[in-house]
Amino acid sequence: MPVKFRVNGRQVEVDVEPRLTLADCLRHHLRLTGTHVGCEHGVCGACTVIVDGAAVRSCLMLAVQADGAEIVTVEGLSSDAELTPLQKSFRKHHALQCGFCTPGMITTAHALLSEEPDCDAARVREVLSGNLCRCTGYIPIVEAVLDARAAYQPKAGTRDRGGDRA
Amino acid sequence: MKLPPFDYACPATLPEAVQLLATHDGEAKAVAGGQSLVPMLAFRLAQPTLLVDLRKLADLRGIRISEKGATLGAMVRWRDIEDDDRLDIAHPLLKAAIAHVAHYQVRNRGTIGGSLAHADPAAEMPGIAITCDAEIAVVGKSGARVIQAADFFQGALTTALTPDEIIVEVRLPAWPKGRRWGFEEFARRRGDFAMAGAAVFYDQDENGKARNAHVGVIGVADRPLRLPSVEDVLNGRIIDQAAIGAAEAATCAAVDPQDDIHASAAYRRALVGTMVERALQRAAARPQQ
Amino acid sequence: MRTVNSLIGSPIERFEDLRFLRGRGEYVDDLAARNDMLHAAILRSSVAHGRIRSIDVAAARALPGVHNVITAKDMGNRVPRVPMRLQPLPEFERFGQPVIAENKVRYVGEALAVVLAGTAGIAEDALGLIEADIEPLPAVADRHASAAEASLLFEEVGSNLAMRFRALRGDASAAFAGAPYIRRERFRTQRHMALPMEPRGLLAEWDAARGRLTVYGGAKVLFFNRRTLAKQMGLPESAIEIVENDVGGGFGARGEFYPEDFLIPFAARLTGRPVKWTEDRREHLMCVNHAREAECDVEIACTREGTILGLRGHAYVDVGAYMRTNGAVGARNVAQFMSGPYRIPNIDIDVALQLTNKTPVGTYRGPGRFETDFFRERLLDMVAQDLGLDRVEFRRRNLVSQREMPYQLATITPFESKDELDSGDYHATLDRCLHEIKWSDKSKLAGKLIDGRYHGVAVGCFIEGGAAGPKESARIVLELDGRYSVYVGSSAIGQGLETVFAQIAADALEVTIDHIRGVFHGSTSYVGDGYGAYHSRSVVMGGSAILDAATKLREAIRTQAAQRLACQPSEVEIVDGVKAVGPGGKSIGLNSISDAGISADGAFLNKKHTYTYGTHAAHVAVDPKIGHVELLDYVLVEDCGRIINPMTVHGQAIGSLVQGLGGAMMEHLVYDQEGQLLTGSLADYLIPTASDFPNLRAIVFGNHPSPINPLGAKGAGEGGIIAAGGVMANAVANALSALGVEPRELPLTPTRIWELVQAASSNKQSV
Repeated sequence: MPVKFRVNGRQVEVDVEPRLTLADCLRHHLRLTGTHVGCEHGVCGACTVIVDGAAVRSCLMLAVQADGAEIVTVEGLSSDAELTPLQKSFRKHHALQCGFCTPGMITTAHALLSEEPDCDAARVREVLSGNLCRCTGYIPIVEAVLDARAAYQPKAGTRDRGGDRA
Repeated sequence: MKLPPFDYACPATLPEAVQLLATHDGEAKAVAGGQSLVPMLAFRLAQPTLLVDLRKLADLRGIRISEKGATLGAMVRWRDIEDDDRLDIAHPLLKAAIAHVAHYQVRNRGTIGGSLAHADPAAEMPGIAITCDAEIAVVGKSGARVIQAADFFQGALTTALTPDEIIVEVRLPAWPKGRRWGFEEFARRRGDFAMAGAAVFYDQDENGKARNAHVGVIGVADRPLRLPSVEDVLNGRIIDQAAIGAAEAATCAAVDPQDDIHASAAYRRALVGTMVERALQRAAARPQQ
Repeated sequence: MRTVNSLIGSPIERFEDLRFLRGRGEYVDDLAARNDMLHAAILRSSVAHGRIRSIDVAAARALPGVHNVITAKDMGNRVPRVPMRLQPLPEFERFGQPVIAENKVRYVGEALAVVLAGTAGIAEDALGLIEADIEPLPAVADRHASAAEASLLFEEVGSNLAMRFRALRGDASAAFAGAPYIRRERFRTQRHMALPMEPRGLLAEWDAARGRLTVYGGAKVLFFNRRTLAKQMGLPESAIEIVENDVGGGFGARGEFYPEDFLIPFAARLTGRPVKWTEDRREHLMCVNHAREAECDVEIACTREGTILGLRGHAYVDVGAYMRTNGAVGARNVAQFMSGPYRIPNIDIDVALQLTNKTPVGTYRGPGRFETDFFRERLLDMVAQDLGLDRVEFRRRNLVSQREMPYQLATITPFESKDELDSGDYHATLDRCLHEIKWSDKSKLAGKLIDGRYHGVAVGCFIEGGAAGPKESARIVLELDGRYSVYVGSSAIGQGLETVFAQIAADALEVTIDHIRGVFHGSTSYVGDGYGAYHSRSVVMGGSAILDAATKLREAIRTQAAQRLACQPSEVEIVDGVKAVGPGGKSIGLNSISDAGISADGAFLNKKHTYTYGTHAAHVAVDPKIGHVELLDYVLVEDCGRIINPMTVHGQAIGSLVQGLGGAMMEHLVYDQEGQLLTGSLADYLIPTASDFPNLRAIVFGNHPSPINPLGAKGAGEGGIIAAGGVMANAVANALSALGVEPRELPLTPTRIWELVQAASSNKQSV
């Protein structure tokens, strides 16, 4: 089936089986391998992407359901030139080790901070509870997200925070 | 765990959707948010030949509040309930229960219709539906009908829906000011399915005695349960510690849970009693509006 | 201003992060599809124990898009076996796993057939069309059934006991015979597993023209795996390259040689096409090494004042259906390290490795140590209570002191494995931990009921062994641009090797870190002979190999420079890592020497283990009605010798601790009596999330360098996990002491805690 959507600001068109998940479509058809697959049953959060402004599990969406949607992946939340404030905060706080859960964490955190730049530690932990990490023990990730709140305050320019296309 | 093969349709209207389900001889399934269905497909526990995507059915997305109550379209997401401040007053019990559903990403896609149709015995929405005497409006090839929540849940992952029927909306009766209510659940981790949970509410007569008590529990049977024997304990008396204690004991006596890998039957039985007890403590402690 | 030797000990930010944060890591499943690539899916037994009558693949082969279906029949006379890498005793060979089931299946998840198809979806569809006719046999469900031997996994062997080890020190018989006080207890730890976030994957390419095999997806012990694969495929080692991509966590489980490590390359050679396999999570739970299922029946002997005299007893480890690459390590460690950091002069502990119809076991972070720490620390708290001793003072009295080191641990038989505690001040970490958690205040809450919850505190001391030998290799190359490339046999599994090794190399070369072009790790093409990442060895072994290579490289640079400067090498000074200066100030830039292609190989050989050590303490609140435990505060203090990067070592401590808390409280691979794995998804196998344990602190320092390597480093990264089970169980026991609750089994689930409370209160009633 043909499917058309926008990813990271770019219009794409693919022809896929209905059963192909959005995660697999992004990874293998569009070669956006930053979104990771950790469980394929909607628990680990490594596959988190932003669809029409909301963080979702791309392993639980079919690519065909993305027709007409606006999708942002971790690649769209990054820039070649420099790490974004959120990414810098992760690095500063050592909020990643093996890196496998990291795109999901970054994407979820970006979605949260975009909506709730004043979220507190409890809210950050609540929202990140849907993203599993086996390396860090979460504490540095929570610290990194809290430390990045400043970049999402209304007075900070939108260009600073989201890479090129968020 | 790649999904098994299936065809896909994304109808623009409800009649089209019903038609697609009806002509596939029980082999077609409706998909709403996909948060329950897609994992089933991934584990190949379901292998429908056709998925009928309901996402274009905009009529199913609204939340209407009137003096009759709250009517939520079947495609209303957990996120929409969270974001709708009117429900803080119009149905605080629904709001409180929904706060326990899954996680952030799931809440952005999961729907009330999907949850009801899936009928997990530990899910919050079915629990609210039976506790609050919800009416579930559905449309199928034979037309529209309304199914009372009490008749809707027939077993684990089993409902009264025929294969051609689609839930269109859920109607919750009006929520009077001053109603006392509580919701309590205990899960292994935040966002997991409840090992047991309780939704309770009661109104009070002019002497402060409880009436119209509703007690519903999840996680302790193959479907959510109303507990009339517990309601009988509450109705007609002041809800004090003695009443709450009696209600807890009556709850434990009224259920017959099973062992599973997350909890033993004996533990679940005690737990659900504690959930009712704690929900009632909350209800009794609520400031009078 | 000091420009050199400023990196070791610095918390510099990691280079790896630059790609991981952008989603530019390259994990094996990210590799671009090859032309003509086939996807593999593996049919796994759904029967735990049975005789294979037939496997009918005709319908699967006929499915459009399926290229081939491989079974044992395609492998000739003898299906290769998964070898043992550690403790490869001849007695274990009888229990080796065939890479694909031949005439029996022995666990749910064992490979029966491999489907090769054009897409992963079709390959999986084909699995459903394979008819495996298996005559079921009675499942050996646990270690009791195993010992009873009514049903045998290997009829030709005639026993389900794979091995028995014994840990001996002093004369336990005599010690117990004369002991004024003895306490005997049984404890149990549950089966759980490492569960890295990335499932396994492999991509194998066979170049028929050149007779070369390339396998992507390697980790941990690539050189051993290459050697193994070469033998199994009848190829010279030089014909095989195993490549390490980015790896999503290992914790001991990923990277060992598994059946798929043969099956996928075999399929590539058989078909002549690239073959890709990506494990799914359901498979992962039933195929990747399990761990930690152990029981013990032990006794401790003490004086009434609290001096430990001896420890003896029996341990039983459920090793699953086969002995795989490192299946004996956990069991050996349960016996050898039960004494932990304590002075126990007389020890006699035997451990039986019992085969069952479950997934085979392997090492998982702190193998055997988590289990045995739980056994011992529970016992210590029970003894303290019996003898009316303060739990802290009892431990303090018995901790090995600095002046006793090196302190000999129990010797393991067979193979006379000796080990000794190398260096350290165990009392110092105990004191620091007590101070950090404010023990004197918190312990006042012990056993108190506040707002419906009982409060409890506990403390526990541990050792963590690291730095396994025998060797590690490194090479450093001075590149044409004057920068240095570092190649090392160590494997990266998320521990930040690219950064930590750059720090070591830069300081050893006396250059700034931007002079290090990169650290290239793991893959078999990088060094001639490597060993990998296990037993917390990378910094000690890889780091020391890098030091050796750096020393040799500087000599080589001086030698080259001396020729150009017409002086002796000893007269050459390397300045700022960029120029070589001879007598009289004549200098030459290193980047003009470097077209001679200077490189140096280094190695480090080692036979001894290092011991990182420390203390954990916890404060919990237990709700007895629902069995919920809230962790209010947890402090981990650890001395891990010379620290290369304090940020990464701290990160490891926290991460390791949270895994330990998962093991203590919630993780459990549950089997039924038929050998069916009931925890088949991440909805059932529960690991900690961000909301479960928010109140943790780790304090890591390096006050006692190790004497056994030039860096003075010790292996670290496993200490957080080791003590968590014992400390949490003791904290819960302390909290519920008024009710007489004594946990003897993990995990401490709500059901278990509630049942203990019920049992304790009904005991009281019947008294």
